[in-house]
Amino acid sequence: MTTVSEAPAVGLTHQGSEDTGLGHRGPASKSIVVPYGFWLFILSDMVLFSALFATYASLVHATDGGPITNQLFDRKLVAIETLALLLSSFVCGLAMITAKRRNMLWTQGWLLLTGLLGLVFLSIELFEFGKMIGEGAGPQRSAFLSSFFTLVGCHGAHVTAGLLWLGTMMAQIWTKGFRQDIMRRLLCYSVFWHALDIIWVAIFTIVYLIGTLP
Amino acid sequence: MFGRLTWDAVPFNQPIPLITSLVVILALGAVAIWVTRIRAWPYLWHEYITSTDHKRIGIMYIVLALVMLVRGFSDAIMMRAQQSLAIGASQGYLPPEHYDQIFSAHGTIMIFFVAMPFVIGFMNFVVPLQLGVRDVAFPTMNNVSFWLTASGVLLVNLSLFLGEFARTGWLGFPPLSEKAFSPGVGVDYYLVALQISGVGTVLTAVNFVTTILKTRAPGMSYLRMPVFCWTSLASNLLILAAFPVLTVTLALLMLDRYLGFHFFTNDGGGNSMLYMNLIWIWGHPEVYILILPAFGIYSEVVSTFSGKPLFGYRSMVFATLAICVLSFTVWLHHFFTMGAGADVNAVFGIASMLIGIPTGVKIYNWLFTMYGGRVRFNVPMYYAVGFMLTFVVGGLTGVLLAIPPVDFIVHNSLFLVAHFHQVIIGGVVFALMAGYTYWFPKAFGFTLDERLGKAVFWCWFIGFHLAFMPLYVLGFWGATRRMQHIPDPTWAPWLNIAFVGAAIIGLGIVLTVVQLLYSIRTRDRRRDITGDPWDGRTLEWLTLSPPPHYNFAVLPDVHGEEAYWTRKQTAIKEERLIDEPNYQPIEMPLNTPVGIICAFFASVCGFAVIWYIWWLAILGLIGAFAIFVWYAWRDEHEHIIPVEEVRANARERRRIRMEHLHELSQSV
Repeated sequence: MTTVSEAPAVGLTHQGSEDTGLGHRGPASKSIVVPYGFWLFILSDMVLFSALFATYASLVHATDGGPITNQLFDRKLVAIETLALLLSSFVCGLAMITAKRRNMLWTQGWLLLTGLLGLVFLSIELFEFGKMIGEGAGPQRSAFLSSFFTLVGCHGAHVTAGLLWLGTMMAQIWTKGFRQDIMRRLLCYSVFWHALDIIWVAIFTIVYLIGTLP
Repeated sequence: MFGRLTWDAVPFNQPIPLITSLVVILALGAVAIWVTRIRAWPYLWHEYITSTDHKRIGIMYIVLALVMLVRGFSDAIMMRAQQSLAIGASQGYLPPEHYDQIFSAHGTIMIFFVAMPFVIGFMNFVVPLQLGVRDVAFPTMNNVSFWLTASGVLLVNLSLFLGEFARTGWLGFPPLSEKAFSPGVGVDYYLVALQISGVGTVLTAVNFVTTILKTRAPGMSYLRMPVFCWTSLASNLLILAAFPVLTVTLALLMLDRYLGFHFFTNDGGGNSMLYMNLIWIWGHPEVYILILPAFGIYSEVVSTFSGKPLFGYRSMVFATLAICVLSFTVWLHHFFTMGAGADVNAVFGIASMLIGIPTGVKIYNWLFTMYGGRVRFNVPMYYAVGFMLTFVVGGLTGVLLAIPPVDFIVHNSLFLVAHFHQVIIGGVVFALMAGYTYWFPKAFGFTLDERLGKAVFWCWFIGFHLAFMPLYVLGFWGATRRMQHIPDPTWAPWLNIAFVGAAIIGLGIVLTVVQLLYSIRTRDRRRDITGDPWDGRTLEWLTLSPPPHYNFAVLPDVHGEEAYWTRKQTAIKEERLIDEPNYQPIEMPLNTPVGIICAFFASVCGFAVIWYIWWLAILGLIGAFAIFVWYAWRDEHEHIIPVEEVRANARERRRIRMEHLHELSQSV
């Protein structure tokens, strides 16, 4: 029992040992704990989307005599939309690299570009929604359209929240510099932003690609 | 300006809600005046409301749950009284639209605002102590989670004063819960309250999974964790995977109601069975979210009071995780009558019965732990034994219900009502009462009165059986659930027995309050000096009662499966404690008002959404976002507890421990 004296006297919120966190050497450090918790949140978000996908899949043919997928979606427009979002994710990765090098100007620049590309994505989505509603294919038309607008709209709401977060993040980096806690948040932000890509890829495939098959 | 909120919302013409409202307002006012007179607001603000200490947050959860238990029980006794009175020619005292609100509120409150906060309260209080660490992974988020739950509680109770509650049962099935059939605010209260508290619950799960997997004392490997930590882990994994589905389900219903979507409507291609599937994909795991931590509590209690290590620790862990996975494969047994066909029903029926296997493993493990042990029959052990007797019968009626042909006959009957009350009261509530008695001295430094505790147990045990066994009989006779009026007078004797049972449970709840007050008055007689009143085996008994804010002066070094027991036995054998470690200053998280402010804005926003006051809803959202940004701008996260204070406290604990070394284990 003499090993007790060697145990590090650390609070949880202190920088603990840089350990894999398997629990043999005490609490993991904050740089492990925080992103880990955020990953769990992302997983629960994925479950949320999976329920929306399931809803969409079971209602996609419930068109109630209204328009069907093939009459609504425009592959070209969605291709541009997808490109904007994927590029935005790539640029976000560049921002992470420059942030690690503590380069304020480039970090802010890349983050700004990330946000602008996200804005392009969002504008195209809103344009598409507006066009559909104008044609009488709004979410109230049929169960299929309800589930379409909810699934795609929920992703859009996530992107909007991501843009709000991005603005706050940029302001924080500007005022507080590359402090450890700020860097952790930036890491979480990038995880969030990339996760939205993964969900979009699923939406692109299940909604738009399959929906426009002849 | 105020949406659909007018003076008509206040129930002036309905005496029961009006008088209840007045009594609640007077009681709250009296408490507020009393707290002001003893000048306790600053204490409450600093030590509880803004606290990030997992122990304080756990206590707040449990207080919330106990208060809501009184509310939920009031609904229960009103229903039993109505069913005893409204037989044959008599219509009883509750009109149907009021009765429907009461059974809906009873279910909603008991599951979401009694059982859940009670269980989460124990996780909060116990898990970090058992893991040998100082707090959860995200202490501030923990505070936010609590206050979001409280916000949901506030909204549900507000429906008593303003407007109405849902009349659609505790799961709000469409199409009844759609705008066309429930145009009032009741369903909206239900939906909004559950959405807000649901966010809190998911955050809790993120917090505890991270805590259990990433922050444990040195040497505390997975297979050295106490079973309560394992069951908490399983329960939180279930929350993480199941609650987002609830959020989606309720959100879709909200879209139907607020924006005219067609998910579950009768027209527009909507499909109400989709709602059943989605809600039960959450709902069945929810049952295990509640019962798994309860199993954890029984494991701790049975092992401690039998004076033996838990029999079959590894099989217990395995059974817990097996239940965790299987719980996602059985949701369809809640609606065998949907018409999915014999094959689908058979698959889900068999899957449901499979869960009986790991559960059986657990029951045998507890029995074998008691076998050959020196069993001490303290109050928690009463509940544990009472649980084993009650729960096995409840489980067997569950296996009966899992057989689709039987289910076709008794579904939606009082047989079902008796079944799930038997597993939830006999399983979850007994565990909560056991845990309340077991960990009370750790939280407050003195034990609860044993005599009154045993009286409470007998009230619950006898009251439960009197209240629910008759319902099995009535269920076989074809009595459906949720009846405001009983057409068949031959049911009267059974319903009257059930009423007597509910009254006895009520006596138990009254005695719980008496026990608490009596124990506080006579606390000096039952002080827990050593911090180990039950001869415990897990790390929470290593520190003093109540533990200091930082729990342990030095994180314990864990050797072997029963971290504290091993250490205690070594100390007794060698007649000395381990060498005094090198104490260091400790950094602890600062208090924060962010939780209560956030919940304030959430409540405002939720209230506005319920009553269609859109400008206020937007204001609430902006406020919530602003508080997050404000919080994100903070520069100080922690305060430092000086080494002198840590050392002085630790030396005091060592002195007490040395004095009581021999008393610490009755086995020596």
